[in-house]
Amino acid sequence: MAANGMNATGLLRDEWMERMRLFGLSSPALLLVLAILVIPVGWLFYVSFVGADGTFSMENYERMIRRKSYARIFRTTFEVSLLTTGLCIIIGYPLAYFISQLPARLANLCMITVLLPFWTSLLVRTYAWLVLLQKRGLVNDWAITLGLWEEPLKIVHNMTGTLIGMVHIMLPFLILPVYGAMKAIDRDYLKAAANLGAGPTRAFWTVFFPLSMPGLIAGSLMVFVLCLGFFVTPAVLGGGKVILVSMKIVSNIELFVNWGAASALGVVLLALTVITLWIASRFLRLEQMTGGGR
Amino acid sequence: MIGWLSASASETQITHGQRIWLYLLAVVVMLLLVAPTLIVIPMSFSDSQYLEFPPENWSLRWYRFYFSSNEWMLATRTSFAAAFLTMIVATPIGVMAAYGLHASKLPYMRLAFVMLITPMMVPVVLVAIGAFYAYVKLKILYTMTGLVLAHSILAIPLVLIVTGAALKSYDMNQENAARSLGASRFRAFMTITLPQIRFAVISSALLSFLASFDEVVIAMFISGGDNPTLTRNMFNALRDQIDPTIASISTLMILLTTLLMALAQIFGRGSSNR
Repeated sequence: MAANGMNATGLLRDEWMERMRLFGLSSPALLLVLAILVIPVGWLFYVSFVGADGTFSMENYERMIRRKSYARIFRTTFEVSLLTTGLCIIIGYPLAYFISQLPARLANLCMITVLLPFWTSLLVRTYAWLVLLQKRGLVNDWAITLGLWEEPLKIVHNMTGTLIGMVHIMLPFLILPVYGAMKAIDRDYLKAAANLGAGPTRAFWTVFFPLSMPGLIAGSLMVFVLCLGFFVTPAVLGGGKVILVSMKIVSNIELFVNWGAASALGVVLLALTVITLWIASRFLRLEQMTGGGR
Repeated sequence: MIGWLSASASETQITHGQRIWLYLLAVVVMLLLVAPTLIVIPMSFSDSQYLEFPPENWSLRWYRFYFSSNEWMLATRTSFAAAFLTMIVATPIGVMAAYGLHASKLPYMRLAFVMLITPMMVPVVLVAIGAFYAYVKLKILYTMTGLVLAHSILAIPLVLIVTGAALKSYDMNQENAARSLGASRFRAFMTITLPQIRFAVISSALLSFLASFDEVVIAMFISGGDNPTLTRNMFNALRDQIDPTIASISTLMILLTTLLMALAQIFGRGSSNR
């Protein structure tokens, strides 16, 4: 008996050691993330609380509240993020719905139109819009030929251009999880609804739409989070008129070498991101969001 | 045609005719998704300073300029080297982590998983300035090492997710069987597990390559000097004016991405159909 008990504890200890060794396999990855991401960002956090005189101070945060320009930047960031998310929902949901109803072969073909831009470098897509939307660009040319407007309109280097570019870049992030959720819906529910006398509209809104909600929420929050920290597209298509938090962070460092101000903005940006993701995680599992659609 | 319009389109008994607007909208959106990028391709073959569509005169002018520019060639070499090295670093480290987290089933596993995918969640601007600061201290700013390490932490989450998914659908008992027959865990992994998740691993590697190749913001801060990336130079060129050379580079990048992603999809499919 005694020997048996010892054996059991020994086995238990062995199993524990084995698990720890396996866990150790992830240590190179963990160390790398720790060294390149966690520690530097932790340092930014610290710097944001250091004032110009080198002692603890809240001046970097107070500046954000005091100065009107910062309030404007936060407002613009939220505006752009909300508008982009809203437009993506309006444009993306119907497309996802359309594709989810097609036979598999046709659906895969249509999904390519979603995946192709998803894979293409974001810089290339931003450049494409810059070329298309410029004063002598294709969009202005065609619109004038078709008589939509008379003079070349200014549709880039401003809010309009930024939104067009951002919606184009964010659409796949919305469509993929929504499509995934829609494919998982059991179509028999719709048959049942029709059987019980619900018309197409009613069946859609009371049965299909609620069932697709997890995907829609996941996609929307994903788009919103990505927009909050977005840099490349607004920097190129906004032409300096649309200034988002991320751009202010970059200019604080590149132009003013003000690490305190940049760090404080970074901490606020990170907090907003974490809060949004936390809300998202209440609705769904993290893996679903990140793995979404791939 | 009329028959089709009044035929039932879905389980809700709606007819095709009643929702023809949906089809039109979908076609327009799909066009808008694909066309803007593709239109750059013919434009890159224009010989005019102003990119026009369709080009009045076709020429390879901008391609010639790209391939004969030392600056662009240096950037291209840097980008390929960084992407290749990122793939070499991130794939094994990521696969090891995915396997470790999958097999150990420790309570901290979730925490480690979350930490490993944070690079995907944290706004990339923060990663960039954090790395910039750290690299100044470590004196590895503008080096290939620094670039590859920073890009690797962006690629690891992709490897972790893709390979992790393959491991979930893999039956670990096969590996246990090999071990009970005397194979070491390492040998069992290499000869039994790895061959079965190989498609996911290849897929992860291709994604890592692209993650590095396409990355802009981090490269903007920590690449430069002798090691500027293609994306960094492109971004700087875009801020100033519309340089037609970018159209030719974009075309080449679209080709490369499409090729790599098609491969990744094929391998990805291989792993799910196995």
